[in-house]
Amino acid sequence: MTATDAPPTRPRPRQQPGDRVFAGSAKGAGILILVILAGVAIFLITEAFPAFTADSADLPGGEGLFSYVAPLVFGTLIAAVLALIVATPLAVGIALFITYYAPRRIAAALGYVVDLLAAIPSVVYGFWGIFALAPAMVPFYGWAEDNLGFLPFFAGPASATGRTMLTAGLVLAVMILPIISAISREVFSQAPALHREAALALGATRWEMIKMAVLPYGKSGVIGGAMLGLGRALGETLAIALVLSVSGGITFNLISSSNPSTIAANIALQFPESTGLAVSTLIASGLVLFVITLLVNMLARYVVNRRADFSGAN
Amino acid sequence: MSTSTPPRPDIAPPPLEEAVRSHKQLPRFGGSGLFAGGVVLGGLLSALTGFSWALLVVYGVVLGTLAVYVGSRAVEGKRKATDRLVTCLVVSAFGIAMVPLVSLAYTVISRGAARFDATFFSNSMVGVVGEGGGAYHAIMGTVIITALAAVISVPIGLLTAIYLVEYGTGRLKKAITFLVDVMTGIPSIVAGLFAYALFALFFGPGVRLGVGGAVALSVLMIPVVVRSSEEVLKLVPNELREAAYALGVPKWRTILKVVVPTAIAGLGTSVTLAVARVIGETAPLLVIVGITAATNFDPFDGRMATLPVYAYYQLTQPGVPPQFGIDRAWTAALVLIILVMALNVVARLISRFFAPKTSR
Repeated sequence: MTATDAPPTRPRPRQQPGDRVFAGSAKGAGILILVILAGVAIFLITEAFPAFTADSADLPGGEGLFSYVAPLVFGTLIAAVLALIVATPLAVGIALFITYYAPRRIAAALGYVVDLLAAIPSVVYGFWGIFALAPAMVPFYGWAEDNLGFLPFFAGPASATGRTMLTAGLVLAVMILPIISAISREVFSQAPALHREAALALGATRWEMIKMAVLPYGKSGVIGGAMLGLGRALGETLAIALVLSVSGGITFNLISSSNPSTIAANIALQFPESTGLAVSTLIASGLVLFVITLLVNMLARYVVNRRADFSGAN
Repeated sequence: MSTSTPPRPDIAPPPLEEAVRSHKQLPRFGGSGLFAGGVVLGGLLSALTGFSWALLVVYGVVLGTLAVYVGSRAVEGKRKATDRLVTCLVVSAFGIAMVPLVSLAYTVISRGAARFDATFFSNSMVGVVGEGGGAYHAIMGTVIITALAAVISVPIGLLTAIYLVEYGTGRLKKAITFLVDVMTGIPSIVAGLFAYALFALFFGPGVRLGVGGAVALSVLMIPVVVRSSEEVLKLVPNELREAAYALGVPKWRTILKVVVPTAIAGLGTSVTLAVARVIGETAPLLVIVGITAATNFDPFDGRMATLPVYAYYQLTQPGVPPQFGIDRAWTAALVLIILVMALNVVARLISRFFAPKTSR
């Protein structure tokens, strides 16, 4: 229950002109949001339309829209999934640390420190990826090629600059870490105190208490947070455009210097120099990205909101 | 009254030794001691296999964790050992997250300090080939475009939040809430493409306009403003509204004179945080605003430079010799981070100093 729930018999004040204007403009602003979202879809479709109808030989790449977009979609997905695999366990660990392990007095400050990661602009992450993370990863890639080369992910040849898909995924992981951990933290801290205390009173260790009382309660929140992070990772542009060394083509090799680009990074790299049909093609790929992120976000919101409906916390 | 209970043969008390053994504990600092032992072992291992700080930390933490688990398992049993293991893992997870933050802060500050001088803040890039040059035009462009974006999105965002909290009912409210959530997830580059598509309809293909950047940023900023303002408005106690109604104040005046002033600190904070969120956006500005070397104060007249895009181009097209361009890029990144951090601090100060005085 929130403070805003209107009492059932609200005294109806006399309708003044000011009232009508104000209510109308507030409602109008709300409807404008619906219009903007529809507008995004409509304008993108309008501008992308030439690419759908054009002869496939005229498009960039010369083999049609699908074979132009497919590697980009693949690159987008693999970078985002990589980020998710790395970031989710870490974020859950961080959330648990801040909610149940860190000393009470400094826990809020530590949470703020993790949130700082979310405040850093993506172009700065790109800089950091090229100049700090990529060189630091080079020895590991060499080692992985020698010792784990039997796996398709580490087939090599290892990149000499470190600007690989794995580096890009790690940068993305750092970027989505604060999103996932913020939402996990929120749901973990809402786990009912009675359940937690009951578990401890029965002699459970701290981990058993978390396993029995906190994690089941926070599970859907973590899933929702991870999917919001996935949505962010799918649409991330500049960090990938800067870090990834791109040559197209679909490959699972994570440590070589020839990687598929991602949709967003490809737009950022190609758009400034493109004209005519190339622009339409890029906008069409942007439309694909829009649809993918829309689906992921809707699903995430559905999962998170479902939890909110059932939780006793609100 | 007799207190004796009949003996229950099915639950035999555990043998005394086992009961005592299962309560054995490591001494108070036993866990840390084991961990330290493991770290020392890891240090030795890294010294043997070719010393490096990264390996030292990795080996140390892994062996330390292992030592704690094995030691605790031997003395305290499986459950306690698992508990200690998880504690180690959770603390290391936090430690791992601090690595990129520290590394990033160190890299940006140490590399950005080289050109953090007066020239950088007072010169544009007109006629600059090698050394010198600055980001005056880019800083002004960022300020103008972000301010314009705020002018567009703050009224829309606040009014929508007011609608959702004070007026909204039924389907429309649900639809708007859901779509605002979804809008939060629009990739920034798609927002840029939207602005391009919109303006290309009126100005023809290849359009580059500062105001287009403001529109793109608004698409990203509106949902942030709505969400956080909504939360703030919800915190205003209903008693205040009811008191105003009881005095015969019309609803719109109640909102303007009672609800909004009560929530003003939170609203200020949410707007500031929304500005901080979009001021570092690069992708949409790259698409619709482009870049220029000269100072352009008019967002309705062609290309403008903005700080993130300036940083991007200085790094990717640094010119010859490249070092000067790269230095400028890092300083631009440093300025950008300082701007974002300053906005975050301002947001916290607003919420602290303008918070309503409550009797609680």
